[in-house]
Amino acid sequence: MNAVIADSHSPAPLIDVGHVVTRFGSAVVHDDVSLTINKGEVFAIAGGNGCGKSVLMREIILLQTPTAGSIRLFGQDIGTMTATDVLALRRRCGVLFQHGALFSSLTVAENVAVPLHEHTRLSKSLIQELAILKVAFTGFPLASLGKYPNELSGGMRRRAALARAMALDPELLFLDEPTSGLDPISAAGFDELIQQLREWFKLTIVIITHDLDSLWRIADRVAVLGNGKVLGIGTMDELSHAEDPLIHEYFYGPRGRTAREQAWSRK
Amino acid sequence: MISSAARIYFPADGVLRCEGQWTINHLSALERQIAALPTAQGERLVCEAGGIQAMDTGGAWVLWRTVNKLERKGCRVSLIGLSTELFTLMQTAAKKWPGEEVTKGAVRAGWLEEIGRFISQYGPSTRSALSFLGESSATSVSLIAHPWQIRWRVLTHNLQVDGFNALPITGLLTFLMGVVIAYQGSEQLKTFGANIFIVDLVGISLLREIAPLVTAILVAGRSGSAYAAQIGTMRVTEELDALRALGISPMSLLVIPRALALVIALPLLTVFADVVGVFGGMLIAWSQLGITFGEFVVRFEYAIVLRHYLIGIGKTPVFAILIALVGCYQGLQVSGGVDSVGRHTTISVVQGIFLVIVSDAFFSILFNWWGV
Repeated sequence: MNAVIADSHSPAPLIDVGHVVTRFGSAVVHDDVSLTINKGEVFAIAGGNGCGKSVLMREIILLQTPTAGSIRLFGQDIGTMTATDVLALRRRCGVLFQHGALFSSLTVAENVAVPLHEHTRLSKSLIQELAILKVAFTGFPLASLGKYPNELSGGMRRRAALARAMALDPELLFLDEPTSGLDPISAAGFDELIQQLREWFKLTIVIITHDLDSLWRIADRVAVLGNGKVLGIGTMDELSHAEDPLIHEYFYGPRGRTAREQAWSRK
Repeated sequence: MISSAARIYFPADGVLRCEGQWTINHLSALERQIAALPTAQGERLVCEAGGIQAMDTGGAWVLWRTVNKLERKGCRVSLIGLSTELFTLMQTAAKKWPGEEVTKGAVRAGWLEEIGRFISQYGPSTRSALSFLGESSATSVSLIAHPWQIRWRVLTHNLQVDGFNALPITGLLTFLMGVVIAYQGSEQLKTFGANIFIVDLVGISLLREIAPLVTAILVAGRSGSAYAAQIGTMRVTEELDALRALGISPMSLLVIPRALALVIALPLLTVFADVVGVFGGMLIAWSQLGITFGEFVVRFEYAIVLRHYLIGIGKTPVFAILIALVGCYQGLQVSGGVDSVGRHTTISVVQGIFLVIVSDAFFSILFNWWGV
């Protein structure tokens, strides 16, 4: 079931995080974190609450600067970029925030059209068509296109936000805990959607998640963060045989075991 | 491979050719070229898409749309040369397209729907305002019966924030009002030689109308808006529901102490405003008309009946209740997202000031009937 593309190491990785250190005052979030993410893979960043998963993502998408270390995105060092480069880079990345972060004063259709209006000079009708198409890709119920975000359920909001993240056809998609707070059926549906999108559009996907089911189901490779370091990196199979006690706890705790057994039974 | 901009054109051979990067960055150029294409002649057309180097969903959609439009005009298009991968992408996009009814129908509400929404919003809002009024009255009656249940800490906190902290700005404003009234009055009174009547003018207008009104308007802008924003934010973050779930009535924790604090603070602020405002008038009377502070005070005692002062102060608890209730009510009316907090905060200020002025006019008519 899991399409493992761990072997497809292209020479230049899409994202290269090198020796990143992040401190907030005296609190050390990252202490020498390094990892590389290759083109075309679904890379998951896992770890307990407060281990700096989201901070790492925010650093990669230039919403925050690390205290030390370098991050290379599409082969460019994001520390030395000009504002124009940053803008060009942002257009190649789509981000799904944890709670959707849809603009509450706009309808779903308008929300998805925002990046198109902002970054392209297409005609209104084409923008509308593209927005609707993107919404249709995410499986969002089209009858609700004219609704405002606060009229939507959590799952619908997540799909609408995903449509907005994909509006500009990004090559790289960041998903911050896409299945948190969703019921198991919706969460499984969302996992399936992510796999579909990757298949259709050949996306590279970076996904931050606690969800062990998602990890087993959609991640090609996983990095487990903890104590400010990368505890382990590899496919789920490799990680589940890792020696590190923290990783072991993560995967062999009561919930980890069930997820693993389910993953095996699916295979 | 040389990256080149997207092109779609008819060369002389009558084959529609598509080339280049069919990606989001080049779509607007493509859109223009498609609009400028000559209308297809004949019943059959070959579309040679082998030159397309890259394509995303946007490009796929534009290609499919172009082909589809031609076909609907009765022209049979055979698309050739597109790689299997890109063809699949285009097919996926086409399969997902819900049809044009969706673009026309569901996206934006028409003006008729907007009117309907507006009315359906305002119908129930009268009812909810009445129920808020009833609930707050009922809670305050039960609190009068059980005064130890009043949240004294919230009350004293609000007294400090909405009363004490408002002293400087209230003082400054009414001082300036006193100065302005005395200035304008002194010019007129000088021509009649009725200099000493500046005391009557400043005293009566300030104590009876200006000081209570200015203070109330200031508090409506300062505290009424804060109430709406605080309670509204608590609604968005579900703190109000948490309170209810913990068995704490938001009415008794949030609304009543705030209203009570304003009922205490506003008269006190007005007393302070009276003093500072009259002092402003005194300064101008002395500098413009040569009336000493001593003469001013003597005349003040003689000319200003206690009634004016009491009427001015007596109106303020009513203002306070109106401001506090409007602020809290608007806060509780917040629903859904954060933008609603801003909207209701604005409404609370506008309605608060409106009600203060309307009730002041009402008081004027009432006192006129009673002849006071």
